[in-house]
Amino acid sequence: MLQAVSLSCRRGDRRLFSGVNVTVQPGTLLAVVGENGSGKTSFLRMLCNLLAPEEGAVLWHGVDIRRLKEQYYAQLTYIGHLNGIKDDLTATENLLLTAALTGDRPSEASVRDALEAVGLKHRIHHLPTRVLSQGQKRRVALARLWLSTHPLWLLDEPFTSLDQAATALVTERLRSHLQSGGLAVVVTHHEVALPSEMVQRLRLDG
Amino acid sequence: MSRPGLWETLRGIIWRDVLLAIRRRSDVAISVLFLVIVASLFPLGVGPEPAVLRTIAAGVLWVAALLACLLSLGRVFTADYLDGVLEQMLLIPQPLPVLVAGKVFAHWVVSGLPVVLLSPLLGLQFGLEGEALGMLVLSLLLGTPTLSMIGSIGAALVLGVRGSGLLVALLVLPLYVPVLIFGAGAVTSSMAGIGGEANLSLLGACLVLSVFFAPWATASALRIALE
Repeated sequence: MLQAVSLSCRRGDRRLFSGVNVTVQPGTLLAVVGENGSGKTSFLRMLCNLLAPEEGAVLWHGVDIRRLKEQYYAQLTYIGHLNGIKDDLTATENLLLTAALTGDRPSEASVRDALEAVGLKHRIHHLPTRVLSQGQKRRVALARLWLSTHPLWLLDEPFTSLDQAATALVTERLRSHLQSGGLAVVVTHHEVALPSEMVQRLRLDG
Repeated sequence: MSRPGLWETLRGIIWRDVLLAIRRRSDVAISVLFLVIVASLFPLGVGPEPAVLRTIAAGVLWVAALLACLLSLGRVFTADYLDGVLEQMLLIPQPLPVLVAGKVFAHWVVSGLPVVLLSPLLGLQFGLEGEALGMLVLSLLLGTPTLSMIGSIGAALVLGVRGSGLLVALLVLPLYVPVLIFGAGAVTSSMAGIGGEANLSLLGACLVLSVFFAPWATASALRIALE
């Protein structure tokens, strides 16, 4: 269970949000919505301890994540609005190296399956990612979700640059993750096509 | 799900950075070429008098190595910062200072080690011989990792700042002074026949101190840069 307790955020002179209280239960996706500049990304970064809140705390199973640190990081998969992939490595190398660093130990076959699951054909698995389109790079980044065994997923605008088919694939992956008891927090401008009992919404107004 | 072992993670970080350097060989070549050109300009400017060249050899080669290291500092974190890999690194379930130490070690392998390997050749250009050449290699072997460690603090502090190249030089160069003095001093003492062991010991002490403190300082600077 993930909890944000009285979370406040200030960037420079501007207060983005204050007193945000929300609890995400296993099997639930929290969709964070709001206008540009309302603090959605800052909120997500607070949830993964990349940004310190001005006030309040984030709790994972009742314990402050600032105390848990590495124990907490071992539970989460974070995909920010930057893809976090290296242009000079192939899609396969990117996934194998990133997964190894975060505690997943996928085989080359499972990496290939993950890339095919996001609709990337075999011939481009071994190309440097710099030759791929923005949408294809986003798919490489999101293929991590097919390799992740972590219960908590924190995703910043995962559907950006994706076509309808890829959006549907990612949504389906989110559904299976939630059905297996996982949690997800997704910052998005898109409607997440999941049953309403699975989705909880948090609107930040800036 | 399992938490990766510390050595496994370190190996992964080092291997990724070395692999990237292999893929982008031109970046490594630029630092090495810079070193060779700077070291070669001095004999052309000062003249071919062997006694003069031997006198200035230690200082010139050490300054050239120091500048080559400075030139490569931008590669330690900037690319990772821009493509989001640095964010991912901060969320790896291992102590961040240890991961930073791995990255700095990889930086030394691709930028400091070539300097060490090339130094005997450059030393010959200045008329260094036998023991002095050995001392030059030893001093660089102890000194260049220290330069990478100290440099990583500066590189992390200026992350995302406009004009960071110049700023990192201003931040880091004063901190390089003791390493330069001990490094060049080791070679000069060896040439004077009084042995460079004392200077090597001091370089070793600098290395131990930097390995112990620099990763913590760099990790803190990275966290601030990403907030």
